[in-house]
Amino acid sequence: MSLVNYATREITCKIVYYGPGRSGKTTNLHYIYGQVPEDRKGKMVSLATQTDRTLFFDFLPLDLGAISGFTTKFQLYTVPGQVYYQATRKLVLQGADGVVFVADSQSRQLEENIESFQDLHANLAGQNIDPRVMPLVVQYNKQDLPKGLILPVAELSDAINFRGVPEFAADALHGPGVFETLRGISEIVLRRLSASSSGGATAGAGSK
Amino acid sequence: MQVDARARFDNYVVGSANRLAVAAARAVAEAPGAVYNPLFIYSSSGLGKTHLIGAIGNHALERSPGLSVEYIALEDFVQQLHASIAAGEMERFKQRYGRVDVLLIDDLQFLTGRRETQSEILRLLNALQGSGHQIVMTSDRPPLEIADVDERLISRLSGGLIVDIGAPDFETRVAILREKCEERRISFAPGVIEELARVEFANIRELQGAMNRLNAQQSLDGTLTPAQVGAIVGLPDPAPPPARTSVATDEFFSFLTDIASQVAAHVEPWKVRVGEAIGYWSGEGYRTAVLERLMDLTTPPPNYEALLRGFGQAIEQLRELERQVTTVDPQLGGDERFRDPERLNEATAFVENALSGAVPPMGPQAAFARASYQESASNQMAVRAADAVIAEPGSRYNPLFLVGPSGVGKTHLLNAIGNEITRRLGPRARVACVGAQVFIDELIVALQEGTIERFRARYRAADALLIDDVQFVAAKERTQEELFHVFNHFHSAGKQLVLASDKPPKAIDGLEDRLRSRFEGGLVAEVSVPDRALRQKLFTRFFADARLDVDHALVAYLADRPATSVRELMGTVQRLRAGAESAGTAVTLALAKEVLDPSGETPAIAPLSVSQAADMFFLDEEKIVWEWPDVAGRLVEELR
Repeated sequence: MSLVNYATREITCKIVYYGPGRSGKTTNLHYIYGQVPEDRKGKMVSLATQTDRTLFFDFLPLDLGAISGFTTKFQLYTVPGQVYYQATRKLVLQGADGVVFVADSQSRQLEENIESFQDLHANLAGQNIDPRVMPLVVQYNKQDLPKGLILPVAELSDAINFRGVPEFAADALHGPGVFETLRGISEIVLRRLSASSSGGATAGAGSK
Repeated sequence: MQVDARARFDNYVVGSANRLAVAAARAVAEAPGAVYNPLFIYSSSGLGKTHLIGAIGNHALERSPGLSVEYIALEDFVQQLHASIAAGEMERFKQRYGRVDVLLIDDLQFLTGRRETQSEILRLLNALQGSGHQIVMTSDRPPLEIADVDERLISRLSGGLIVDIGAPDFETRVAILREKCEERRISFAPGVIEELARVEFANIRELQGAMNRLNAQQSLDGTLTPAQVGAIVGLPDPAPPPARTSVATDEFFSFLTDIASQVAAHVEPWKVRVGEAIGYWSGEGYRTAVLERLMDLTTPPPNYEALLRGFGQAIEQLRELERQVTTVDPQLGGDERFRDPERLNEATAFVENALSGAVPPMGPQAAFARASYQESASNQMAVRAADAVIAEPGSRYNPLFLVGPSGVGKTHLLNAIGNEITRRLGPRARVACVGAQVFIDELIVALQEGTIERFRARYRAADALLIDDVQFVAAKERTQEELFHVFNHFHSAGKQLVLASDKPPKAIDGLEDRLRSRFEGGLVAEVSVPDRALRQKLFTRFFADARLDVDHALVAYLADRPATSVRELMGTVQRLRAGAESAGTAVTLALAKEVLDPSGETPAIAPLSVSQAADMFFLDEEKIVWEWPDVAGRLVEELR
């Protein structure tokens, strides 16, 4: 999937929320969904198990309308965090333009965070994508929990964000940090409009 | 009119009631024309519309000082319009506003009932929007509620984004009052501003008025206490604030604003232009590969504007060419070549061809060279006549009618004549060299498709016409009719005709007399069964061609054997070669005797097995075309 198609004047951004199980990826999408005016959002598709965990993935299409003459669409996906859904994670990751890594700030979840972050890198590499060129931001979610339960952002950053990508503290349940995160990843993704947009239009026009 | 320099975003207090409007205004100011065009801001009087559009103008100017930003209140606009109509300078008025990059129109509610102003604004909106210029308008009510306004204008006004500014909430009022105090260097005792802000004024002007009253009172009475505020300001009507947009969408809109400026900053204008061109031309059905290759570049090619212009011009030329060619034959119009600017040269040549007699008929096959045609007593007359024809096409033997049994080399000679005439007349010469069957088939297709004129034009445009196996036209009346006309055309134009047949004209049953007499009018030259001398020459050549080293005795032995055609000789050579290969020996006289005269007592070589025979069949020179001369050209010809 290409980010920009100059021939049909479309910008399509696929952003994948990645992270360990129960870190709040779906909650991020739910919050965003709640803030978007009716006419701008598609139906949020959530395929969840009976225990309400994401089984396959969530998908939230956002129609941002015409921007600079480009029909702009964002597609937000989440992956299932649980280790055993590896195949689904790989599938959802395909063709992503940017990744939000949602970490669980709880101190007891630190291992899972690190594991999932490594899993993300392994899956990207598995798709022949250099993880260093994939736009990525990290969100430390659940910062609203009592201080005793969570790790401070600085500590989480030391443990997880070894690449030094933009990071955001968030409380996805109530909203703080959610849009900041989305904005952060969008900025990085859209910056690539000018650098690496080649090929997209070719494919678009060629298919006619 | 100039924008008020004091109206800026940094001194505009943002609260929940105006956050959306400010976000939209910022988006517009950062990328004029890119989003929300037109932007329509409405609110009750005194809530900061004029400040906000002023801020848009100033911010846009700050970001790109070259922009032309114009602020105008509708009343002034109307006055200017009337003045220019009175002075007969309507055009100048239109030009002046048509050049503006960001047009800010205040107080649009005064449009009510002003028909000519409405139509002028509508025209202006169309012109400015069409050229990507930004329009921002304010009003004290939404577009639909402005009375007596043209519906088209209303829909235009509603076409971008409509935002409202609500009455400020408490915190905003406090912030506004603090800002104003700072601006005017007024100070109040702690708590006074908050007390004043508690009163829900309908708009900011009233709020400001109340603050001014407090300030005046303070200059008389000395420092005021919060308790005095209520008495001084009086009881304001606790008007409920107008409905405001839900806070819920604010986050989204501010996100949207950010995205908009990101996109505006990163989308590359040259790619947009090229992309537009691709979208447009591919939509029109043209191949745009040359532009698509541009899109792969990471930096703008320095001359891309020129490339785009050139592309457009090429398409114009293609259209013109297509128009020309359809005047000759409408069916040529849809040709692929007219859809690809990269094939402009091809298309030009195609049209030239079509205009000068359409696609030429098939030419002679290059493999049949005159140099490789062996002469002997059996074909001497035909070869000499051919050489005479080659030397002076059209003026010696016209037509030259070659007669002889199958397989003696008529086709070779016919094509050789064609090749030589082509060489003599130059590369632009069109020598048609077809089998009669092709002529018949093409005629049938032309009759079916109603393109008989084109069929005739094609043949008549040729400089020489050579028809093989002309006996096939026998009993085909329509073909004979066409051939008669073509023949006459060539003959009277002094262009060479060469015909080949297995029977002399007299002996062709079903050939009309008018054709027969014409065929006989030139020279009927016989190519007969090869005589011994020719057989010897041919065997020598065939063995050389097959790279077989043979002695003179073998050639003499073979030449002594009677043969009815050249093809038979070729077959003999092939048999000998296959026999030598299967026996693992060279081709010798002994082998030839064994293979060709197996009546000897003990055949050293076993008779050919079925599979060997099959191999020989496939190795037969006659069955296999070893070389395809100019195959690409011929295939294209046949596909047409």
